[in-house]
Amino acid sequence: MNPTPLSWYLGLSAVLFTVGVLGVLVRRNVIIIFMAIEIMLNAVNLAFVAIARSLGSMDGQVMVFFVMTVAAAEAAVGLAIILAVFRSRETTNADELMSLRW
Amino acid sequence: MNPLVFLLLAVLTVAAAISVVVTANPVHSALGLVVTLFLLSVFFVALDAQLVAVLQVIVYAGAIVVLFLFVVMLLNLQGERRLTGGMGLLVAAIAGALAFTALLVTLLGRSAPAPSTTVPAGFGETQALAQRLFTSHLLAFELTSVLLLVAVVGAVALSRR
Repeated sequence: MNPTPLSWYLGLSAVLFTVGVLGVLVRRNVIIIFMAIEIMLNAVNLAFVAIARSLGSMDGQVMVFFVMTVAAAEAAVGLAIILAVFRSRETTNADELMSLRW
Repeated sequence: MNPLVFLLLAVLTVAAAISVVVTANPVHSALGLVVTLFLLSVFFVALDAQLVAVLQVIVYAGAIVVLFLFVVMLLNLQGERRLTGGMGLLVAAIAGALAFTALLVTLLGRSAPAPSTTVPAGFGETQALAQRLFTSHLLAFELTSVLLLVAVVGAVALSRR
């Protein structure tokens, strides 16, 4: 039994997503920007799971499984890129990383 | 889930997410991210998604955040300027965020169908999820394994030089 309405979960998901967008917009540190992206992915996961529960279908949860896999791959590659950039540039400040090649 | 408990957990989750965005120290951000992910897994359990909740704790809180912490501590980041763009962009971003949230909440609240109070037996358990995963989503599953392989090779290639 689940008396909490679906729209509450979707509202929470929307708020979390916006917090993530805000983090990407206002922060300078690339690692924090990455964490904000993870918050956005998780907000979407919450929406998927809530809608899957509401429709009584497992497909939403399968989609969350794929989102998690992609997030793990993205974190691994992204952090490797951050490490490589830090080695040559000594910074993780997004405003200083402007050129595409050096 | 009791609506009061939902509200309490929702406020805690949003507060933890905001702490990820506003704290200066990246380690504190990573810890805020762990709290956010754990609270979200509580919501997943309440939504009959037990396997997803366990995966959330193992994969996100266990693996991804540890990876973040590892990189933060390896790079030893301290004393950087926090915000980009200055106050104008900050105010514009916050105003835009509030407007976007209001829009989304209004739209979603209106279009949402009524929740079904009964779900099939075994909903959200490993067997039901695996059944869908290995039948109707088999191709996507195989592609995901290729994606993970590419990610592993890419991460190794990027960090070796």
